[in-house]
Amino acid sequence: MTDTTRFIPDRLQSPLERRLKSWETLLLAVAVSIFIVNSFTSPYFLNAWNLSDMTFNFTEKAMIAFAMALLIIAGEIDLSVASIIALASTAMGAAVQIGIGTPGLVLIGLGVGLICGAFNGFLVTKLGLPSIVVTIGTMSLFRGISYIILGDQAYRGYPSDFSFFGQGYVFWVISFEFVLFAIIALIYFVILHNTNFGRAVYAIGNNPVGAEFSGIRVARVKFILFLLTGLMSGVAAVCLTSRLASTRPSIAFGWELEIVTMVVLGGVNILGGSGTIPGVVIAAFVMGLVTFGLGLLNVPGIVMSIVIGLLLIGVIALPRLWEKWKS
Amino acid sequence: MLMETDQKSAPTGAEPKVPVLALREVTKTFPGVTALSEVSLELFPGKVTALVGENGAGKSTVVKIMTGIYQPNGGQIEIDGSPVHFPTAQDAGDVGVTAIHQETVLFDELSVAENVFLGHAPRGRFGLIDTSAMMDHSREILDGIGASIDPRTKLKDLGIANKHLVAIARALSIDARVVIMDEPTAALSQKEIEELYELVEELKAQGKAILFISHKFDEIFRIADSYTVFRDGALVGNGAIADVTEAELVKLMVGRDVSQIFPNRERNTGDEIFSVDGYEHPTEFADISFTLRRGEILGFYGLVGAGRSEFMQALFGITRPSSGKVTIDGEDAIIRSPADAVGKGIVYVPEDRGRQGAITTLPIFQNVTLPSLDRTSKNGFLRLAEEFKLAREYTERLDLRAASLDTDVGNLSGGNQQKVVIAKWLATQPKVIILDEPTKGIDIGSKAAVHEFMAELAAQGLAVIMISSEIPEVLGMSDRVIVMREGRIATEVTGEDMTPETLVRHAAGI
Amino acid sequence: MPKQIFTSREFLLTGAIVLLLAIIATRFPAFIAPSNLANVFNDTAPLILLAIGQMIVILTRCIDLSVAANLALTGMVVSMINVAVPGLPVPIIIFVSVAFGALLGMVNGILVWKLEIPPIVVTLGTMTIFRGTIFLLSEGKWINAHEFSEPFKAFPRTELLGLPLMSWIAIAAVILFSVVMSRTTLGRAFYAAGGNPHAATYAGIDVGRTQFWAFTISGALAGLTGYLWVSRFAVAFVDLAGGFELSVVAACVIGGVAIMGGIGSVVGAMLGALFLGIISNALPVVNISPFWQLAISGSAIIIAVALNAQANREKGRIILKRAENAT
Repeated sequence: MTDTTRFIPDRLQSPLERRLKSWETLLLAVAVSIFIVNSFTSPYFLNAWNLSDMTFNFTEKAMIAFAMALLIIAGEIDLSVASIIALASTAMGAAVQIGIGTPGLVLIGLGVGLICGAFNGFLVTKLGLPSIVVTIGTMSLFRGISYIILGDQAYRGYPSDFSFFGQGYVFWVISFEFVLFAIIALIYFVILHNTNFGRAVYAIGNNPVGAEFSGIRVARVKFILFLLTGLMSGVAAVCLTSRLASTRPSIAFGWELEIVTMVVLGGVNILGGSGTIPGVVIAAFVMGLVTFGLGLLNVPGIVMSIVIGLLLIGVIALPRLWEKWKS
Repeated sequence: MLMETDQKSAPTGAEPKVPVLALREVTKTFPGVTALSEVSLELFPGKVTALVGENGAGKSTVVKIMTGIYQPNGGQIEIDGSPVHFPTAQDAGDVGVTAIHQETVLFDELSVAENVFLGHAPRGRFGLIDTSAMMDHSREILDGIGASIDPRTKLKDLGIANKHLVAIARALSIDARVVIMDEPTAALSQKEIEELYELVEELKAQGKAILFISHKFDEIFRIADSYTVFRDGALVGNGAIADVTEAELVKLMVGRDVSQIFPNRERNTGDEIFSVDGYEHPTEFADISFTLRRGEILGFYGLVGAGRSEFMQALFGITRPSSGKVTIDGEDAIIRSPADAVGKGIVYVPEDRGRQGAITTLPIFQNVTLPSLDRTSKNGFLRLAEEFKLAREYTERLDLRAASLDTDVGNLSGGNQQKVVIAKWLATQPKVIILDEPTKGIDIGSKAAVHEFMAELAAQGLAVIMISSEIPEVLGMSDRVIVMREGRIATEVTGEDMTPETLVRHAAGI
Repeated sequence: MPKQIFTSREFLLTGAIVLLLAIIATRFPAFIAPSNLANVFNDTAPLILLAIGQMIVILTRCIDLSVAANLALTGMVVSMINVAVPGLPVPIIIFVSVAFGALLGMVNGILVWKLEIPPIVVTLGTMTIFRGTIFLLSEGKWINAHEFSEPFKAFPRTELLGLPLMSWIAIAAVILFSVVMSRTTLGRAFYAAGGNPHAATYAGIDVGRTQFWAFTISGALAGLTGYLWVSRFAVAFVDLAGGFELSVVAACVIGGVAIMGGIGSVVGAMLGALFLGIISNALPVVNISPFWQLAISGSAIIIAVALNAQANREKGRIILKRAENAT
């Protein structure tokens, strides 16, 4: 018998080639087109300060969307994120009333986020409850606690140096929030695409049983993901509270759905298993550009939601329709 | 025994010429696999045809084609001699083809009666389901098969044997002309099996055509009139049961001499490396103790549902035993999760490759390195070059055939998928490897490769545990065999005592 | 089989409701006066109607987050019809609301059935699209009490045998759907398709089509509720019933509907809705701030889902003979 060992190449398609044919590329084309259309339809669009303002439409949501992307890739979901913002913001507001300074406020904001995330993670991984229901429950619970504390009142009087997080600029038109967004995007990119932990996230999302059988500690990974989502909600709470300089229990109402939309638009499979951070970054820009562009044309925000809704269904439906039509 | 004399006196001379249901050169392919190639099969009224074959021979595929779950790629199905199509399960049911499937495919949250009549419930006023008629009919059918089950009970409150009786009742509730029984006795006790035989005789007397799929030769010879043997998706023989011996059937089924297909290996085992002492689980297994030496292959034989996989999964940390102790390399090992087991050098190649073994939607190299990422990475950061190197090393040793290491595992054939799973575990450099039905549903070439590789592993000093339901494989590969029955060790045999008869006798408890 | 009745979810939930009422009665006996209980029931009628539809959708392993938006859109459509053609008889209005709601439900159903898009994505998208459409139709304006015709407003308040028609409609829906679920092929198909989709296919049930009908029913009930809502409160606007979809899911979860499909009953959904309805009506009475309501229903969801999960914990295959005898 001759030597039958056949050489198996590592890859048939280079990573670059794969990237060019990807969802992200398509989405990037969409983002660029929207950018071009906007710059033609409104004379105010191509203005550095206006564009900088535009980023506030998505930076806070996108910070959470990155953590949410990992959670959804792993096959879970957290619908309580906006309520975590409300609770964290309420806690910071209450701390202001007893004279706690900016560093303390930030710690409280992040701490409440972590605690809420741990609570979700405990219910899902230790008690084995479905995350969609658990987080619908905690969504009511967390915001409910804010309502109990605040009622129809609002907390104000944040220290002046606290305003930096949501209103400060690092350099010229580059806001602190935008820089933070970029750093967080980079961190999540590395976590998801370059670490063992990220690989475990994909493995769990593709096949949780298979991952468990391969020696991955599935429950532990999922718990960490809930912690991260809570933490990012805390970060977003600091930024948003700082930007608004006030806390009402209705703060960030309905954000969870916009964040999930951002993640799905970014090409993350809602059933888990696939998705990338660059996709979510581009999706954040697309949503920000659409909101901003329509805003410049005096189109009300609610109509914008039709566009977002159509995008959400369209981006998933069109490829499937195409497949059906071909066969 | 009474039954037998009745049967003899029945007029058996008038053989019906037209089969109720016939398959004519039916072919079924899946991406990369030919499950059936041009098989033909005829079922006659009042006759029991036994369908025999090893796991993966295509028996279940035939059942699914006959019941409209799968569509054949070639050939045709005939009812009373005229060609038909079964686009859905409903269409097969409409012409009276009904099946009792291997896995109980019923609905836990519905009542017994609703399970029996789902899709064809009796209608009363306004076209509504006539609940009381449904209850009455269910009770009649259940009484008819000697099952004392209240039709109002929810199915989830029944034990597995009773669920099976409900499945049988469901098949009978359709005015069936053809009844397919896919390993109907696998989950039943001896007494229940006797009752099932009586039922089969009764169905025969009513003129129904029966396809009886079984692994157990004693029951085939007891109730079948004719046989059909499949091997690797092809028809290899058929005829009257009276004209064949058990040995001939086995030969048809396996298709080669047992001694030829297994690697001849030196049986020299080393020190004891692994021992299990008093493993127990509240509902699945009890009192399991054994030891294992370096370089030894220990076979686990038993009928389907004897608790072998359940025990192995407890050993691997998937489920928790209620008591028991594991020692590896002389040290007590506490295993609470698969991650613990892998850390201690125990790995498990599961039977359910697609769900438990591989992550089929991820590429080969990622599957292989998944449990070994700590070695290929640096400070938790991936190093792809190292991953490809490790994946290449182990997949080459197993002679994997694939387009690239970046190909998704789901695109590979069953045999190559199994090689990926084994490569994954070998890359962790384990001490004990547990293989659960390692060659089930894979082609002959890959089978031989897996067998050779197992022998090689043992030669290198790895301790191997192999669960198998294929007697030739168990006998051909193992140094020692433990037979399990109803969650317990029935016997342990070595050397001269390792004969098919011993295994079958202890597995069935006769 | 008395034992089964006493351990059933419906029985336990009834017990919980009675206990709840008893606790409230110790502080405010008038709450359990029949006339007040009738009021509570009437207030809860919309939630009951929507919970029945949602229960059927969840049975088939789907979720419908668009119900509140459907309600608001259909409400706006029939309101505008009423404003345009004040003389149109109420039965025609009701027919239109049911048909229009069903049509919206069918949009969800088609996307889930034919394109196999995950239900949560579909209804998240249609939710925002429906809301935006209301804005487009109404140009953001409210339709107020004086613009409606008298018969249009009077219908749900019309009393029959001492109960408003609103309550009678809820009662009729509970009875109708109890019969549909237990005595029709479609009703049983809902259970089968969600309980074991694989086996349902073996039994000749088209799972996708069954899900389509579930969405259609949910939509029809949402449409009907849309008319009842705008006529009862005599107002229609974009954010009508905003966020109500979560209360509906909460009612189902409390009512023992398993989010993984296959388990649930019409009576359970009704009881879950009543439980929430009683709490929201009782809070002001027993002098607890209504701001507590959100947190309480959130906790109720979490507790209910934990209890459901406990009750449905899977049994192993039970190999040992003694174990099987013991159970």
